[in-house]
Amino acid sequence: MQITAARRNRIKITGDRIVLNVISYIALSLFALACVIPFYLIIVSSFTSERAILTHGFSMWIREFSIEGFEIILTNPALIARAYANTIGVTLVGTAVAVFLATMAGYVLQRRDFAWRNPIMFIFYFTMLFNGGLTPYYILCVRYLGFTNSYHALLLPGMFSVWNMIIAKNYMRTIPDEIVESAKIDGAGEFRIFIQLILPLATPLLATLGLFTALGYWNNWMDAMLFIRDRDMYTLQYFLQNMLRSIQALRVVAEMSGLVVPVMPAENMKMAMTLIVTGPIIFAYPFAQKYFLKGLTIGAIKG
Amino acid sequence: MLLLPFAYIVIFAYIPMSGLVLAFKNYTYAGGIWGSDWAGLTNFRFFFISGAARSVIPMTLAYNLAFITVGMFVQVSFAIILNEVIGKVFKRVTQSMMLLPHFISWVVVSALVYNILNFEFGVLNNVRAGIGLADVNVYGMVGLWPFIMVFLSVWKGAGYGTIIYLANITSIDPQIFEAAQIDGANAWQQIRRITLPHLKPTMIILFLLAMGNMFRGGLDMFFQIIGNNGMLLPRADVIDAYVFRLLTSSADIGMAAAAGLFQSVLGFITVLTANFIVKKIEPDYSLF
Repeated sequence: MQITAARRNRIKITGDRIVLNVISYIALSLFALACVIPFYLIIVSSFTSERAILTHGFSMWIREFSIEGFEIILTNPALIARAYANTIGVTLVGTAVAVFLATMAGYVLQRRDFAWRNPIMFIFYFTMLFNGGLTPYYILCVRYLGFTNSYHALLLPGMFSVWNMIIAKNYMRTIPDEIVESAKIDGAGEFRIFIQLILPLATPLLATLGLFTALGYWNNWMDAMLFIRDRDMYTLQYFLQNMLRSIQALRVVAEMSGLVVPVMPAENMKMAMTLIVTGPIIFAYPFAQKYFLKGLTIGAIKG
Repeated sequence: MLLLPFAYIVIFAYIPMSGLVLAFKNYTYAGGIWGSDWAGLTNFRFFFISGAARSVIPMTLAYNLAFITVGMFVQVSFAIILNEVIGKVFKRVTQSMMLLPHFISWVVVSALVYNILNFEFGVLNNVRAGIGLADVNVYGMVGLWPFIMVFLSVWKGAGYGTIIYLANITSIDPQIFEAAQIDGANAWQQIRRITLPHLKPTMIILFLLAMGNMFRGGLDMFFQIIGNNGMLLPRADVIDAYVFRLLTSSADIGMAAAAGLFQSVLGFITVLTANFIVKKIEPDYSLF
């Protein structure tokens, strides 16, 4: 009897619920649209002719269809292809290593039989509270670690994150200790236990950390700006940054295409390039989002 | 197994920490971090005389406070109303749309902003012209930029934060709400007495963690959106972006190091203080 009463209550929609729902629908719709419309505008502008942009500005719809920007950028895409390859390579290698390091450290630090885990954990944790800042880091990298124009300048800065390590540590705490103990009795070494037993049990964790890290690498412009001077080593984001900021960078791309254009479609090219850089994220978005939502419940925030 | 991660933080966190001495040195390439000559407090004197210290430090604090509080307010509100929404499809679609900005870089955001706000070509002026209003030069309206920056920060972070809080709300036992309903609590009372108290620990922990970044962070956003725009910088700047500009454009290592030392020490003090206060009031919620 009580249960049915509760059930009825759950679906009962009272007046205040309706008011709340109306407010919710309006607020959420407006904000959600504000999140998506800028992307729509970029798509529109990248397919609008430079002439229409110069006379009417960026519009809400395509006034005069044109793919001149894409044409110029993609006719001789050597530079963009390089930037793409650099970004993909750095993202893949960096993510794989970063996930491995974070889970490995997290695994060791959650083991109850590891005597030093508290002091060592403190040493890691302290770096989240206090750090040396950008200047000493920059000088260390440039003067002592030879970061200028090297791929490790793009790889190393994101390769280990204490935050990810803590997420990994919390997640692996939920794996029963008995698994490790029984494996030890069977004679498996520590490293083997980690690789063959723990990692397969932690695939949701790996997916989540992988996604976080990959996103960080993909969207990074700063390391390229600080350490890379060689145009062949630019990453996508830095490449886009240059095209947005300097007419010179646009000219280089236009000249490489070899196409003869009366007026360089600068504005159109900027928007086309933005779309080219953002494209993969939009395509990967449905998959990424799925894991992302799953992952958020992982290893929540308690330290 | 800890060797590599340990070596990593020694190299990339502890050695730069010792490099904070640069703030008291006259950096030369030959001398490096530890071999350069001592400069006393000269670097600090320049940092303060230039007026940068007085304007950029309070501004960093104000911006980050606004980002944290407005951001948290919006995220918690959206999480609560998303939880109330009846339509399942609507819920899923709006969530997906709101998360999109989280996945793109600030470089791309700067292109979006350019597309909309640019004086000559921007969509904003285009729309204004369409309804018969005069063009506005948003880049000339300096006072508007604090609001634009807060909006952008909220815009980019809302989806992510909302989902964290929403996941937290859905973990509340539905029987509690049912019981409250039977007892006659309306929707607002349920939010105030059940949902918000349930979210409190998460809110406090996220707030504390954000406090640690009070003097840090914002580099991505400020450098990409404001860049070197001298007109906007007096009203839209943070220490991180300031240091970054010193390093990349003028290579004034000494002053950058002095500003950086301030940033590190102030940040550390803030997070310790915040944690201390929370520990006094509700020990369970403190970080350490």
